[in-house]
Amino acid sequence: MSPDSATIRRVPTGPARRGPIGAEPARKVAGQPGTDKGAVTHEGSEARIDARGIYYKTLNEQIREEMLNGAQTVILENVNGQRYIGGGLSGEDVRVVINGVPGNDLATFMTGPTLIVNENAQDGVANTMNRGLVVINGDAGDVLGYGMRGGRLYVRGDVGYRVGIHMKAYEDQRPAMVIGGKARDFFGEYMAGGELVLLGLGSDGKDIVGSYLGTGMHGGVIYVRGEVAEHQLGKEVSIAPLSAAEQSRVAELVGDFAGWMGLDAGEILERPFIKIFPYTHRPYGKLYAY
Amino acid sequence: MIDRPARKYGGLTLPGTKIPDVGPRPSYTVEAEEGILGNCGLMGVCDEAGERMSGELAVRSMASMHDRGNGLGGGFAGYGIYPDHPEHYAFHMMYADEDARQDTEFYLARHFTIDHEEPIPTRAVRGIQDEPLLHRYFCRVEAERLQETQLSEADYVVHAFMDINSGIDGAFVASAGRNMGAFKGVGFPEEIGEFYRLDEYAGWTWTGHGRFPTNTPGWWGGAHPFCLLDYSIVHNGEISSYGINKRYLESHGYQLTLRTDTEVVTYLFDLMLRRHELPVEVACRALAAPFWKDIDLMPADDKEFYTALRTVYGPGLLNGPFAVVLGMADGMVALNDRIKLRPLVAARDGNRVYVASEESAIREICPKPEKSWMPRAGEPVIARLNAAAFGAAPQSVPVEVN
Repeated sequence: MSPDSATIRRVPTGPARRGPIGAEPARKVAGQPGTDKGAVTHEGSEARIDARGIYYKTLNEQIREEMLNGAQTVILENVNGQRYIGGGLSGEDVRVVINGVPGNDLATFMTGPTLIVNENAQDGVANTMNRGLVVINGDAGDVLGYGMRGGRLYVRGDVGYRVGIHMKAYEDQRPAMVIGGKARDFFGEYMAGGELVLLGLGSDGKDIVGSYLGTGMHGGVIYVRGEVAEHQLGKEVSIAPLSAAEQSRVAELVGDFAGWMGLDAGEILERPFIKIFPYTHRPYGKLYAY
Repeated sequence: MIDRPARKYGGLTLPGTKIPDVGPRPSYTVEAEEGILGNCGLMGVCDEAGERMSGELAVRSMASMHDRGNGLGGGFAGYGIYPDHPEHYAFHMMYADEDARQDTEFYLARHFTIDHEEPIPTRAVRGIQDEPLLHRYFCRVEAERLQETQLSEADYVVHAFMDINSGIDGAFVASAGRNMGAFKGVGFPEEIGEFYRLDEYAGWTWTGHGRFPTNTPGWWGGAHPFCLLDYSIVHNGEISSYGINKRYLESHGYQLTLRTDTEVVTYLFDLMLRRHELPVEVACRALAAPFWKDIDLMPADDKEFYTALRTVYGPGLLNGPFAVVLGMADGMVALNDRIKLRPLVAARDGNRVYVASEESAIREICPKPEKSWMPRAGEPVIARLNAAAFGAAPQSVPVEVN
């Protein structure tokens, strides 16, 4: 039995959990606590880890170990549901390539590296991320970029609910997110800074975002390539056309996104964008002030 | 370690009028120090052509979400698992002691014809202990009993279910449906699955659950799924409208004795689908109803329909964060709350429909689905056994009484 499993069993989960009886069956599933490491192969500055059935803690330790030993790129094969990949990882010129579906909180607290996911991702990507780049070549889940403080997140496909919740910016720390597909309700909820760009590629530009857009938003900006009806807006935001400076900023972000995704930026930029912004930076300033 | 007083009974506490004797609740400060994170996790798979799958599939899917739970509850429901007794109500019983067993057997023998009974087969698994006595009975209702009681067969079984749960101390019905069964207890779901030898069963629908108890203690009867007749519910989240839902259900004769919010979901589906014969799509729209502001924007017909539905089923509205998977005799339904406060992913591959809290739990048992998507808040994912597959299986037809 692995130490991690033992740790969990030590938790007083009620009087039922007495000493061990019966067999501990072999479970080759990534979610099961274990200390078995994945097989590694090296090629130049590239390390390739077979993550099949490897517990998230062990896998994340292995990624750090390879990077400390000088790997510039770590390729993870057969990932399935391992949490926190890239979590707390720092370094400017390092890259992690993920083949498979990574687990929740991908790139949480990450500072610098580039993560490339070749499948869908789950919930909580780029939670409180500081710097670096995450590229997802599929769809992603809910609460992306929660409290994101810097860096970029590019998603090729659709995303879920509460994306960009409480993103923030300070001086040169300006997080940015570009979503290729559609987004659901509460896009940019409580947003305090940074930029969200929603492209709605492959659609007619209608119904590409849900309701409660920018609810509680008091900083930052959302650019939508399509139409947004008044009833979809949160109470704190308005719609406006883009200034020339904003147009060129969108072109810059879309250009970089399209480069990573192998798309034609010019074609994407042919359709007009609208800007969603908070009309006051203190929406509740008067709420308790009488 | 925290020392705990020994409990009077094994893993099963007392339903009914007595307060469950489960000792102090787990200390969450200790858990936090250990770095235990928690959410519930759930999954479901349904083969619409009625092809039966090993229970091992559901166990493996849940095993991949081990870290969502904390070992205080795991369970599964399987459909099509009793081909030798497809028409019998399979009572899966949990007993705290022999007295509870004798009382229940007296009750069952008095009200049903028991054609077969046996201990539920288990194997010793590390991590599972203090299990209650586990027994199952394949029961039939004689026509004269229905004559006497003037009840439909389904209502008769519901009465028995409620009687045992509320009236016999130390006895708890885990499930009492036809050609289906619930297998649940205190432990991680993969441990529970091995304990109940689910690899030895084959079914066309499976649902699974790993529990992280928040509001009620982790006890054997409190693990998911919660069942009534052929319906079973696994649930991640919290039913904040429990109070009003409970009063509403009690006014329809249900007794809510299990000390958990999840049982209201099972009984609401029973009320709407079986007793009121609502189509499942409509029942889901009543449980996770559109907001009034969205109803205002609808075309006139829809507006009238949803206004009526919300008005009639107001006390049945489920509020709060939830993702649930309903198992039924003829399929499976997954449903989220209206603003998507709990995760849910769906996929389809051939005849099989999959749902789970995490996409990786689907990929674990179906590496390359044809299609995977995140269902919209309040929009059900429905899998239905096709008519050919379900033709031989029992239907809920009320018995005529005069």
